[in-house]
Amino acid sequence: MPSQDSMEPTFSLPIGLPLSSSHSVPLPFPMSHGTTTLAFIFQGGVLAAADTRSSCSGLVACPAAQKILPIHSHLVGTTSGTSADCALWKRILARELRLYQLRHGRRLSTGGAAKLLSHMLQPFKGTELCVAATLCGWDGGEMDDNQMTDVENSASLNLEKAKTQCLSTAVGGQQCFGRERSGPSLYYVCSDGTRLKGTLFSVGSGSPYAYSVLDQGVQWGLTVQEAVSIAREAVFRATYRDAYSGNCVDLYHITSKGWTRRNREDLKEEYYREKERQSGDSQRIMVKDFKGKAFRRMGGEFTAHSLALCRKVQSKSLQLGVKGVDCQSTSRY
Amino acid sequence: MEYLIGIQGPDFVLVAADNVAASSIIQMKHDYDKMFKLSEKILLLCVGEAGDTVQFAEYIQKNVQLYKMRNGYELSPAAAANFTRKNLADYLRSRTPYHVNLLLAGYDEADGPGLYYMDYLSALAKAPFAAHGYGAFLTLSILDRYYRPEMHRGGERFILNLPSFNVRLIDREGIHDLEKLTLASFL
Repeated sequence: MPSQDSMEPTFSLPIGLPLSSSHSVPLPFPMSHGTTTLAFIFQGGVLAAADTRSSCSGLVACPAAQKILPIHSHLVGTTSGTSADCALWKRILARELRLYQLRHGRRLSTGGAAKLLSHMLQPFKGTELCVAATLCGWDGGEMDDNQMTDVENSASLNLEKAKTQCLSTAVGGQQCFGRERSGPSLYYVCSDGTRLKGTLFSVGSGSPYAYSVLDQGVQWGLTVQEAVSIAREAVFRATYRDAYSGNCVDLYHITSKGWTRRNREDLKEEYYREKERQSGDSQRIMVKDFKGKAFRRMGGEFTAHSLALCRKVQSKSLQLGVKGVDCQSTSRY
Repeated sequence: MEYLIGIQGPDFVLVAADNVAASSIIQMKHDYDKMFKLSEKILLLCVGEAGDTVQFAEYIQKNVQLYKMRNGYELSPAAAANFTRKNLADYLRSRTPYHVNLLLAGYDEADGPGLYYMDYLSALAKAPFAAHGYGAFLTLSILDRYYRPEMHRGGERFILNLPSFNVRLIDREGIHDLEKLTLASFL
């Protein structure tokens, strides 16, 4: 049954649904959600990464979209599918979570938020609503919430215990909803009704490419630095191959203290660095007769190495009495 | 793809389900549990369309628990199976039918072990052995050939084309987790 209020699925331009509105070109396998988003859990918390290209049936509607939306201080959601739907439902979820927090005095867990979102989307199953989100959060209970007093703290802890006991007499086993586990958690929620708890998810048309990189490198014991570089690499590889992903990469890191956002990085630079690395042997070092101005190319260890070599040549030639030596490095694309 | 199997013995029911949660060609989870515990001695195994399985199974699960809270005693497996069937049938001709295939397995103090097969058209049958999925085509013929009602707990055999299975056994003591079957354990 459709919902009672006025949120009927109205016609809207499906940003992010490539080709499915034209019906003329058959897709090899169901490839919707023109994006690449990924999230995984490791010892340092949860890491979420996404590209920033918003595509609309073959054209780039926005090269600087935001696909990772913070929901509250300790919960972040990646979005995939129709951009408008995702943005709306994230806001609705944020509102409901805030109401829950005000009514019950504690934050709802990530699993609870995932269930809430899944149940809110359920009436729209079978319509064109398309939301595929991963909710990445840190469930901490009240320990790190400064506004809770000790009295409230112990009262709610007792409430937890009571809930656990009452639920365990009725049901136990694999779905113990009453127990609050603190720590990182990751849920995948889709508008077709799927709700999965896991440690690694990638969603979108670029997800197969991202999965291959992530399956190789992601382990529990990664440092934050390593995890960030794997996530960036995975998004980069997906944007390299997938037409509907690209532009920049956003990275969010969620710990017990909340989420932090890393600077948005343009993957164009990464692409050029990759090209330089590949064409490394064809790199030529030209020593020119200028006023000692060195042309410094951005990034790339190989370039730095060749520059060092260049400088050595320069100093050597100065020693030998040759004046005005310039170092210039070029790469072939 | 998704696979469920149940076998009833003289004083137990053995059930197994595969562990894959897939989304078209990508396997999103490979340790996904498809069994829902309705009560201490009843398990519901559920496969089918993506959201429908969890929605429907959790709905049944919560209602069975509610019955226990209201009345102080649990529904028997037969009653739970018929309740499930009624709900599935009611939704069948509505605008939101649930496309799920189920196996309900339970142990009753009075009636002993019971295995109920239910499909998405809400057909219910109590059977000594049952299976859902493509694997069913293969295993049902084996079970037809080799099943004996007095089978003891040692001799089960499964056909595998899926990486791993959750196996559980229900008897008068309740639900027991057996060892998770993977390809390696058969080599």
